[in-house]
Amino acid sequence: MLKTHAIGLNSREEATGEVACFHCGDPCPSDAIAIGEKRFCCHGCKTVYELLHEKDLCRYYSVDGTNHGVKPPDAVSRRFEFLDDPVVIDQLCDFADGRRRVVTFRVPGMYCSSCIWLLEKLNKLHAGVLSSRVDFLRKELRIVFNPDSISLRDLAVLLASIGYEPSINLESVAKRRNRFTDKKLYYKVGVAGFAFGNVMLLSFPHYLAGEGGLDPSFRKFFGYICLALSLPVLVYCASDYFKSAWTGLKQRFLNIDVPIALGIIVLFGRSAYDIVSGSGAGFLDSFTGLVFFLLIGQVFQKKSFDALTFDRDYRSFFPLSVTVRNGSSEKSIPLTRLKVGDRIIVRNHEIVPADAVVIRGEAGIDYSFVTGESDVVPQKSGDVIYAGGRQVGQAIELEVVRTTEQSHLAKLWQNDVFNSSGQSRLTRAVDSVSKYFTAAVLAVAAVSGAYWYVHDPSLAPLVVTAVLIVACPCALALSTPFTFGSALRWFGKTHVYLKNTDVVESLANVDTIVFDKTGTLTQTGSSRIHYHGDELCSREKSMIASVLYHSTHPLSRRILKELDGVERLPVSGFEEVPGKGVSGVVGGVEVKAGSASWVGFPEDKETRALPSAVYVTIGNAKNGRFSIIGKYRQGVEELVQSLRKQYRLLVLSGDHEYDRSYLEKLFGDDTKMLFRQTPENKLALVQGLKDEGRRVLMIGDGLNDAGALKAADVGISVAEDVNTFAPACDGIVDAEHFPRLDRYMTFARASYIVVMVSFGISFLYNLAGLSFAVAGMLSPLVSAILMPVSSVTIVAFALLATSIAAKRVGLVER
Amino acid sequence: MTVLYVLIGFSLFVALIFLALFIWSVKSGQYEDRYTPSVRMLFDQDDTGETKIDREIQKTGEESNGT
Repeated sequence: MLKTHAIGLNSREEATGEVACFHCGDPCPSDAIAIGEKRFCCHGCKTVYELLHEKDLCRYYSVDGTNHGVKPPDAVSRRFEFLDDPVVIDQLCDFADGRRRVVTFRVPGMYCSSCIWLLEKLNKLHAGVLSSRVDFLRKELRIVFNPDSISLRDLAVLLASIGYEPSINLESVAKRRNRFTDKKLYYKVGVAGFAFGNVMLLSFPHYLAGEGGLDPSFRKFFGYICLALSLPVLVYCASDYFKSAWTGLKQRFLNIDVPIALGIIVLFGRSAYDIVSGSGAGFLDSFTGLVFFLLIGQVFQKKSFDALTFDRDYRSFFPLSVTVRNGSSEKSIPLTRLKVGDRIIVRNHEIVPADAVVIRGEAGIDYSFVTGESDVVPQKSGDVIYAGGRQVGQAIELEVVRTTEQSHLAKLWQNDVFNSSGQSRLTRAVDSVSKYFTAAVLAVAAVSGAYWYVHDPSLAPLVVTAVLIVACPCALALSTPFTFGSALRWFGKTHVYLKNTDVVESLANVDTIVFDKTGTLTQTGSSRIHYHGDELCSREKSMIASVLYHSTHPLSRRILKELDGVERLPVSGFEEVPGKGVSGVVGGVEVKAGSASWVGFPEDKETRALPSAVYVTIGNAKNGRFSIIGKYRQGVEELVQSLRKQYRLLVLSGDHEYDRSYLEKLFGDDTKMLFRQTPENKLALVQGLKDEGRRVLMIGDGLNDAGALKAADVGISVAEDVNTFAPACDGIVDAEHFPRLDRYMTFARASYIVVMVSFGISFLYNLAGLSFAVAGMLSPLVSAILMPVSSVTIVAFALLATSIAAKRVGLVER
Repeated sequence: MTVLYVLIGFSLFVALIFLALFIWSVKSGQYEDRYTPSVRMLFDQDDTGETKIDREIQKTGEESNGT
């Protein structure tokens, strides 16, 4: 669970002779800052060390055994200005009274036991902190502090200054996660388990009494105690099954809970009758056991990955605050208070939080979150920038034209798919089986009831109730939660995190896979440069590099990186025209680089299709173009080859067509490919496929896929770091493991087969039980043995078969 | 044999105590974070304030859950 910092650092240190920073473990530059023997890579690290040293907290460096801390960021103080706002404080704090406040911060930076140690010693760093508690799996830090002594903002700054910057975004105030619903299930399991254990013990005397039977006074005593113990199980523990069955019946749909609820009622009713009338011991041990096992199944099914949230929307993308310029003063205000007409400042790598017009500065907007296009789009003053774009380059000033809630980006979330409860998913196998099952059970009960009514009317009600009791599909209801619950755990172990067990089932039934290109098939943040045109000699390369060196445009920097190592020559007459390109004279020859029109290329169809291309001319002699192409993930080729055989594949891209030929080679001609797709296009396409009756798995990454991910039967998002961000989806797969998707699909199908087989086994048990019941021979003892035995075999089979399947498929090493 | 009535009544009472303890443990949040305490217990108790802090957390935790 704990990752170690910088693995193998000591060996690296020995090999290169570099000195590692005492605080963060990064290699130090030659002019390292030193305190005594200890060296530090930067002032930030030194400051943290000094602080910890002063407060006698240096054990921080030895708790984990890896001896390293977290490197603090460069500048932090002004980022948290909005935390001075009383409204924000109220929204963020869980609890407040006069002397203390409680706040829960999400701190993504914690990743080892040293982090826990230090974060729980915050009270030593500042007296205003009364106490702090880490929830490591959720990456949360709960702090009790005295607001008179330390403000919320200072608290955030304190955390950031020691390297644990809390992540506070619009989502953290919009909805607080409700984690107390789970507790109810635990209470129910507790009560049911308590009743089951005691009722079972009190039932033994009946079974062991032998020929003469139990003394009548004892029988009555035990019976009534059992009845009293079972009553809360009926009204409290089993209440969800009644509710669900009732909802199903109202919608004229026989879900699995209908026969369960029927069985529960009949079990209890018949037992109560037996006990009160003194005619028998009743089936209360079977009854409590049934409910207990069913609840255990629910607990097992509820495996959740604490640190992940699957229902994030655009809000978690945006910061909580924005810098607003008012005349000459700048102030940080909460995003929710942003009004149309406000002037905002957006710095390098910050997200534009609302639709806005460029007022001042050179904007280069990376819309990859929103559209999937990987290029940086230059914007002039007067251009409209849409919320969700990320500024690359210097700080820009914008005027808000539409607030975040009204923005172009937020409109996608007004689509109906985001409002549906998600119940339109595929019918669960267990529910479709239950339809026939219920009908069959009722038929058997009716026929045997009629038979006995003719031959021995007094036995008829007993037989009918016995049939309904023994047919109660406990084992059937347990196969799904245990198989898929166990599959969910195997998936989790292999870095695929699914929202719930229903997703495993839907995954098994998928027949169409839709891929997003950018960030899914290609790797985020890495690209390759493709040069096309007249061949360049090394001098010409240096000429281009020398001119580009003076430009800050991201495309220039990227190409410069590619031309690394060439000599730099003096440039005269350098000129940079925003949105166009650069030019300069090297050794008397003019070098131009930029858009096609800037360097004098005719704008034809081909050039328009290549937006992230930089055209260059050297004098009148040579010309060519550098195009920047996303790099495909390793293993994608094998993955596609293997998936093609079984699924219909589609590729959707918000990007331009320059990769088409490569993709066609990769996917073959039977794969449909669509380019320049807006988020709305993607959503509509997936919905269209579903209307055709296809069961769609959508695999995407950014916000631009959010609609399609939600609309698909299963939406899985690919994340470079599963803890940081993924849009609303049913599952998150670690990008590194994405090329093993074919194995995951095979495993999902295998676990579906396991469920089918365990359905078969539980039917056999039901048949055996029915033969007793129909013959009028179902005694409480038979039921008390049959019920747990069938449940335990099903559970054991489900767990064993799933783990064998996981190994067979190659999900894990044998 | 009438002693059985007393014994059964007593055993049920003991069982009820355990049920109450279980419900208390769920209520006090012991099932919410099942990982961090396993790390925390390995830290040296080098400051005497530890138990006081725990009580503080407990107290405020319950109060804020109630709101």
